[in-house]
Amino acid sequence: MFKLLKYALYDIVKSRFALLYTLFMVLVAISIYQVSEDMSKVSLSLLNIMLMIVPLISAIFATTHFFNNLEFTELMLAQPVKRRDVFLSQILAVMFVLSLAIVIGFGVPMILWGADSSVLILLGIGIGLSVVFAGLAFLASVLTRDKAKAIGISLSFWIYFSLVYDGFVLYLIYSLADYPLEKPTLALVFLNPVDLGRIIMLMQLDISALMGYTGAFFQDFFGSAKGILLSSAVMFVWMILPVSAAMRVFKRKDF
Amino acid sequence: MKTVKLLFLTLFILMTVSLEASTIRVKNGQSIQSAVTLAAEGDTLIIEKGTFAENEITIRKPLTLIGESYPIIDGRAKGNVFLIASDNVHIRGLKIINTGMSNMDDSAGIKFFDSKNCTVEDNILEETFFGLHFSNSSNLTIKNNRLSSHAEREYQTGNGIHLWKCRDSFIEGNTVSGHRDGIYLEFVTNTVSTGNMIEANNRYGLHFMFSHDNSYIQNTFRKNGAGVAVMYTRNVLMKENIFEENKGASSYGILLKDITDSEVIGNIFRNNTIGIYMEGCSRSTFQKNSFTQNGWALKLMASCDQNTFEENNFIANTFDISTNGSVVLNTLQNNYWDKYEGYDLDKNRTGDVPYRPISLFSVIVEKIPSAVILWRSFLVTLLDRMEKVIPSITPENMIDNSPKMRPYDIRTANT
Repeated sequence: MFKLLKYALYDIVKSRFALLYTLFMVLVAISIYQVSEDMSKVSLSLLNIMLMIVPLISAIFATTHFFNNLEFTELMLAQPVKRRDVFLSQILAVMFVLSLAIVIGFGVPMILWGADSSVLILLGIGIGLSVVFAGLAFLASVLTRDKAKAIGISLSFWIYFSLVYDGFVLYLIYSLADYPLEKPTLALVFLNPVDLGRIIMLMQLDISALMGYTGAFFQDFFGSAKGILLSSAVMFVWMILPVSAAMRVFKRKDF
Repeated sequence: MKTVKLLFLTLFILMTVSLEASTIRVKNGQSIQSAVTLAAEGDTLIIEKGTFAENEITIRKPLTLIGESYPIIDGRAKGNVFLIASDNVHIRGLKIINTGMSNMDDSAGIKFFDSKNCTVEDNILEETFFGLHFSNSSNLTIKNNRLSSHAEREYQTGNGIHLWKCRDSFIEGNTVSGHRDGIYLEFVTNTVSTGNMIEANNRYGLHFMFSHDNSYIQNTFRKNGAGVAVMYTRNVLMKENIFEENKGASSYGILLKDITDSEVIGNIFRNNTIGIYMEGCSRSTFQKNSFTQNGWALKLMASCDQNTFEENNFIANTFDISTNGSVVLNTLQNNYWDKYEGYDLDKNRTGDVPYRPISLFSVIVEKIPSAVILWRSFLVTLLDRMEKVIPSITPENMIDNSPKMRPYDIRTANT
C-alpha cells in the first residue's frame, strides 16, 4: 500500500501539473494580498477562488490522472495486491497533491503577510472541497470507460454543485416565500458541499451580522458549538461518501 | 431731614446686602432638602464631599447647586432625586445614583418642570431610570454629563436625556449609555446637540418626533439596540455625526420616517446592518456622507420623493441601495461607488457610463430575506452580471448618471 502510494506520488510529481497548480495558487494569493490590505476582504476574494477554481481543477485533474494511470492500474491489478490498496493509493495521492498545492499556494503568502483564523478556515474548506471533488471525479471515472465521457461527468458534477443546485434553491425559496424558510434553507445548505463551504466561511466573517434577520439566524447556528460540529461532520461525510462509492464500483469493475 | 436721609441710606444698604446672594455650605450628614428650604432666592449651595441619602429634593426657587468632588446623592431606589420647578437653577458636579425604577412617575435623576434658563453641567448619573428629564422648559444647557445605567431589557430603564415640549436648548458633550433611548426629544424645537457620545443603549441612540428646526452636530451613536430613529419632523440638520456598529435584524444607522426639508451632511455610517432606512421622506438632501461596510448602505422605500443624494461615498457595502418598488422619485448624482466598473475617457473624473446601484440580488433579498443564503455564490454573481448588462427587474430610474471615479475625502472632527 505504502509502496503503491509512493509510486503514484512520483507519477504525479513527474507530470509537472502539481507544480504548475501550486505556482498558480501562489500567484493568485499574492496578487490578492497585494491588492487589499484588509484581512476579511482578502478572505472573501480567496473564497471566490476556493469555491470556483479549486473544485474545477480538482475534478479535471483527478479524472485525467485516473485515465493516464489506467494502464499502470491494470498492471497492478494483475499482481497479488488488494484492489482496495490500488484504488486508495491512486486517490490518496491525488488528494494529497491537491491539498498540498493549496497549503503551499496559500500558506506561503500567509507566512509573508500574516493570517487570521478566517484564512485558516478558508484553507480547511479548500482542502475539503479538493477531496470532495477528487472523490466525485474518481466516481465519474470508474463509472465509464471513456476518458472524455468521464471528464464530462466530472464537469457536470462541478456545474451542478456550483450553479444548478443554487438555482434550484433560489427557485424553491422563491416559490415558498410565504413560509418561514430559515430552517429548510439550512438543511438545503448541507446537501451541497460548495454551499456548505461558502456559508461556513461567510459566517466566520464579520459581515454576516450585517445581513439582517436571516444572516443573524445563520450566524447563531454556525457560531454555536453544535453548528460547528454538525457542519464539519457533514463536510466530512461529503469527503468520505464519493470515495467509498467509487471504491465499491472499482472493486467489482471488470477492466 | 438729614437723619431721615441717613436712615434711608442705611436701610437701602441693608436691603442690598440681604438681596445679595449668599453661599451656603452643606456638610456631609446634613440634609440638602432643608438647606434648599432655608436658602433664599439666588443663593449658592456648595455640597461637600459625602453621601446624602435623599430623594424628592424639591427646588422651587432660583438656586445654584455645586458639588465639591462629586458628592453622592443616593435616591435609594425611591422616586426622583431632584424635582425642579423654577427658572435659573444651575446644578453642577453632583453624582446622582439609584433612582426609583418606575414608569408610574417616570423616576429621574433630575427632573425639571416649567423651567427657564437652567444649567445641568458636569454631573455623573448612575443607575438612574430616567437620567435628566425636562418638560415644558426652555433655554436649557445640558453639558458634559455622564449618564450610565444597566438594564437587561428595554422596559427596565428610561431615557438618558429626555426633553418633552422644550425649546431653545443646548445639549453638548454628554455621554449616555445603558439607557432606553440615549437622547429623546418630543415636541422640542430650536435645539442644538453637539459632541455627545451615545453608546450601547437598549433602544435608540437618538429618538425624536415632532421636533422641528433642530441640529445634531458631531455626535457619535454607537452600538445602540436599534440605532437612531427619528420621525415626523421637518427642517433637521444632521452634520458630521458618526453612526456605527448598529447591528441586528432591526438595527439602523438612522431610520428616517416622514422627515422633510432636512439636510444630512458629512456623516459617517460604518458597520451598520442598514446605514439609512427611509420611509415617507421628502425634499431632503444627503451630501458628502460616507457609507462604509454596511449590510445595506441605503434602504430607500418607494414612498420617498424629491430627495437628493450627492457627493457621497459608498465603499465596501454588501448592498449599496435597495428599494421596495419600481417608482423612483429621488435623484442620485456625483456619488462615488466602489462597485462602479465604468471608465472615464475624457479624464474629467466623472464616469462616462451611468451606474445602477441596485443589484438584482438585492431586489430578490428585499422580497425574500432568506435568499441571502445564496450571497456570494456563483449563481448570484452570474445573475447580477446579466442584470447589469440588460436591466429588467431592477428599477430603471435608480441610476447615478455622473458617478465619480475617485472617493471624496470625508472625515469628521470626532473620529
